Amino acid sequence: MLPTPSTSHVPYTLVYEPAEDSFLLLDTLSSPLSTHFLSHHFPPDSPPPFILELGPGSGVVLAFLTAHASKIFSRPDILTLGIDINSFACSSTSTTVSLTTSSHPTTSGHFLGAAQGDLTSCLRPNQVDVLVFNPPYVPTEDLPTLPDTLRARREKGEKVTFEEESKLLELSYAGGKDGMETTDRVIDSLPEVLSERGMAYLLLCAGNKPEEVKQRIRKMGNAGGEGRREWKAETVGTSGRQAGWEKLQIVRIWKE
Amino acid sequence: MKVLTLNFLTCAVKSCKSSSDSFPLHPKDAELASDDVEVNPELLVNLLPRLDWKALKTTSTELGFPQLPDSPPTIDELQSDDKLLKDLHSLLMETNLMEGKLVCGVCGHEYAVREGIPNFLLPSHLV
Repeated sequence: MLPTPSTSHVPYTLVYEPAEDSFLLLDTLSSPLSTHFLSHHFPPDSPPPFILELGPGSGVVLAFLTAHASKIFSRPDILTLGIDINSFACSSTSTTVSLTTSSHPTTSGHFLGAAQGDLTSCLRPNQVDVLVFNPPYVPTEDLPTLPDTLRARREKGEKVTFEEESKLLELSYAGGKDGMETTDRVIDSLPEVLSERGMAYLLLCAGNKPEEVKQRIRKMGNAGGEGRREWKAETVGTSGRQAGWEKLQIVRIWKE
Repeated sequence: MKVLTLNFLTCAVKSCKSSSDSFPLHPKDAELASDDVEVNPELLVNLLPRLDWKALKTTSTELGFPQLPDSPPTIDELQSDDKLLKDLHSLLMETNLMEGKLVCGVCGHEYAVREGIPNFLLPSHLV
């Protein structure tokens, strides 16, 4: 078992606290099945893999991946970036990753930083080798939006109120229809975001209708590259069975 | 954020992406900080094929770093050029952009960078 990064400095009133879903990602990404796949996919003489986590929140997953790079990817020279819509999550992620990597200097990759943004909108196309996303997956009536007042104030560099930022916690879990409104945007962007050798690890809950989601990904058509490659989507980690259904699962999406 | 990050970022405005001038973003009023990182020639050699050299050269010049060659060195050239290795290491792995702005060459939008974190959220009229 690789040690879980400490997030005791994170303000949990403003940033999602690591929970069962976060830990399922850690377990799945460090499982023999996953490390074997990753080390073969990114052989040591290939360019350093660029890892992006969307919505890193506390930074626990990104810190884990960065600090244990040589165990998880079988190479320490990975580059990692986090993008979150919540500015507090960005600062938390920076701190968590920096603290964790400095206590694992021999196994750590290179943390590029955290950026505040709307999913992948600020990325150059086709650069990401591994995208990790623990999305807002809870089915809800509406999809919350970042309050306009908050946005305006941030632009002027002013402090924001507690009430405004509390809204950010809702953004971290509320997923709209089927809990898939945000996840669907990410899935749709994969052909443009992932590199030739790119893949994604996506967390889904039972309410997201995971079998339908995987079918939809497999039907995204030609995945490009040499030969005829197709989109693959398989469950590679599960937790919490409920009435015969896996409550949470991790789906790996790749091209083959 | 490390300066290397600029090699992966572009303007968040959808209509800018089709123009090559939206990449790289241009630092303005930049305040930099430097980490002390051990030079790792192997990492730089491995990194070479995935860098957009032209963009990197622009970034290097704009931040006041030593002029990079017009075209990327070959692996052999980089391995035998201590000065270039050191310059690249310092620019890519050690230098962090802490404060300032990142400006799009197409729409001119300025993305603020505060405490090392750039903000790519767009005001509603640009979304």
